[in-house]
Amino acid sequence: MELLEFARGPALVFSAAVCAFGLAWRLYGILRRPLRTDLSAPRRSDTVAGGLRAILAKMLPPKGVKVRGVAMANAYAWHIGLALVVFAFAPHIAFIARHTGIGWPALPDPVTYVATAVAIVGLLIALLTRLTDPVLRLLSNFDDYFSWLVTMAPLATGMALLPMPAQPLWLAVHLLSLELLLVWLPFGKLAHAALVFVSRYRTGADFTRKGAAL
Amino acid sequence: MSEFDAPRFRIGKPETRYDKQGEASDAERAAAALRAFMRDMTRSSAAYLESCIHCGHCAEACHFYVTSGDAQHTPIWKLEPFKQAYQREAGPFAWLYRTFNLKKRVTAGELREWQELLYDSCTMCGRCTLACPMGIDIAGLVAQARHGMFAAGLVPHELWAAADRAEREGSPLGATPRVLKDRIAWLEDEHDVKIALDRAEADVLVTLSSIELMKYPASLVALARILNRMSVSWTFRSDGYEATNFGLFSGNLDWQRDMSLRVIHAAIACKAKTLVLPECGHAYGAMRWQGANMLGKPLPFRVLHISEFLAEAVREARLKLKPMQGSVTFHDPCQVSRRGGATGAPREVLAALGADLREMAPAGDANWCCGGGGGVVTLHRADTHRYRAFEIKMKQVEATGAERLATSCSNCRLTFDDGQAHHGWDRKMESLLELVAAQLA
Repeated sequence: MELLEFARGPALVFSAAVCAFGLAWRLYGILRRPLRTDLSAPRRSDTVAGGLRAILAKMLPPKGVKVRGVAMANAYAWHIGLALVVFAFAPHIAFIARHTGIGWPALPDPVTYVATAVAIVGLLIALLTRLTDPVLRLLSNFDDYFSWLVTMAPLATGMALLPMPAQPLWLAVHLLSLELLLVWLPFGKLAHAALVFVSRYRTGADFTRKGAAL
Repeated sequence: MSEFDAPRFRIGKPETRYDKQGEASDAERAAAALRAFMRDMTRSSAAYLESCIHCGHCAEACHFYVTSGDAQHTPIWKLEPFKQAYQREAGPFAWLYRTFNLKKRVTAGELREWQELLYDSCTMCGRCTLACPMGIDIAGLVAQARHGMFAAGLVPHELWAAADRAEREGSPLGATPRVLKDRIAWLEDEHDVKIALDRAEADVLVTLSSIELMKYPASLVALARILNRMSVSWTFRSDGYEATNFGLFSGNLDWQRDMSLRVIHAAIACKAKTLVLPECGHAYGAMRWQGANMLGKPLPFRVLHISEFLAEAVREARLKLKPMQGSVTFHDPCQVSRRGGATGAPREVLAALGADLREMAPAGDANWCCGGGGGVVTLHRADTHRYRAFEIKMKQVEATGAERLATSCSNCRLTFDDGQAHHGWDRKMESLLELVAAQLA
């Protein structure tokens, strides 16, 4: 079997399955823990709306609390860059449409090239910050660095595909790097892509019940 | 200067520190902590402990980190042993962590090392929770991690002593029922005011913080004057008057329950419709948001912080006030405002006083903590960094240009008095309750 065939076939199925089942298991791991019923008299009853509000509100910087401004701006930049590369680049949309039947219009290629550059530079700055900032160095472990690597890898291998027509070997490597990311995603911090909804919802619902600040 | 007039009235500085309790071996301590940690691994805690992305934003929100610059003061780092225990014992991949020893077993040595981070360096003010982009309630997790520390017998000396005394005597500061009765009799005599005590039935049961009783007794006089003027049916009860809860601070759930139940049973006994909590931040969190959970069923009465009670009274025109002179800034007690949801109440009261309110930046929900909450003000070894953190408050207050400062927490007031004395700062923290009593129309 050619490497590209392997990457497009069994490796893709395997990695997608690990990602889906791994994430489901991780979420189940949270949901299986006991739920403590709060018997206090609620100040507000719109807790579901509060949970959903928190999911949206926490996308913005907190009010009145200073955060690491440069790091936060950088995080916005590379998350948006990454989202555009994944979901607005024509070949990626075609790839998704081929497997799911769902497609949408792409952004012009030059825009996604800029987005790629922003994502790559942003990730490099993030790594540099993590390596030099005392707080981040203290907090960081294998997960942080490996998650960085598997996020950067598809971007870097994707860049190698830019001189068209794409070389099958590089295409295979690009796909395999994506598959590595999918396999790792449920186990490390990248799972925040799903966990963000759970933890923000929890705080949103609990704090809304009290009328406390989010 | 009498003990009561000293800027710092609290647990005395121990000559020899005993920051561990009992004679258990290290293995037993670690095992006990783990059992307690596991009891707190609820769905909410699991969601939080799974979600940290190590972004470090919480550091900037913490008054201790901001003023020390010490990375160890990063709020989420204070939870490292709790996270470690979760991942190894309770998380969805615990079997992987255990099989390959990817997360080591939490040891007593590690817990000893973390004692200063979980107790001395955290007031559980919850500013970090606001800053967290994942919405992790770090302050709530610190309270849970303290349960494990108590089970391990690794509570700082003063905090354990205060909690133990509160459990045995009913007050962390020696305000026993007898002292309560004596001081009330003295206050009635001295201030010519009727202070209701041990009435068989009353609509409103009022409670106090023993800091008020012992150091700020004028607060009790103010409370009595206001309630008498409103013609409220009210009482203190010598079987349930202490609203502070050192069981909560120290991390002993059983003691927390005992302390809450004393007040709850007193309120039930006198058929109170409303329980009024004193100017005390954590008393509000302990009773308003955890009291029913301690009882195991909904409370058969309303629970209001005194600032909420006053706000309701002015809103319903049951309390008439004369306008006060001068400008004032208000320090929000974290557990009442940010974490309690009652940020608006003191502002309603100040508006009714016609106060020229000069808000600090930031104020309200994002307010900086005074640095003394969570039991930190009782810990002598935390003095240096508490005084350093207090400098944030001094700058905030000075920037408002307000002539007076007020709060509705006697623990914050105590922290301000102590910080003021330490820094030689020319300002005096006042009580919102006393401001109101001085303006009764």
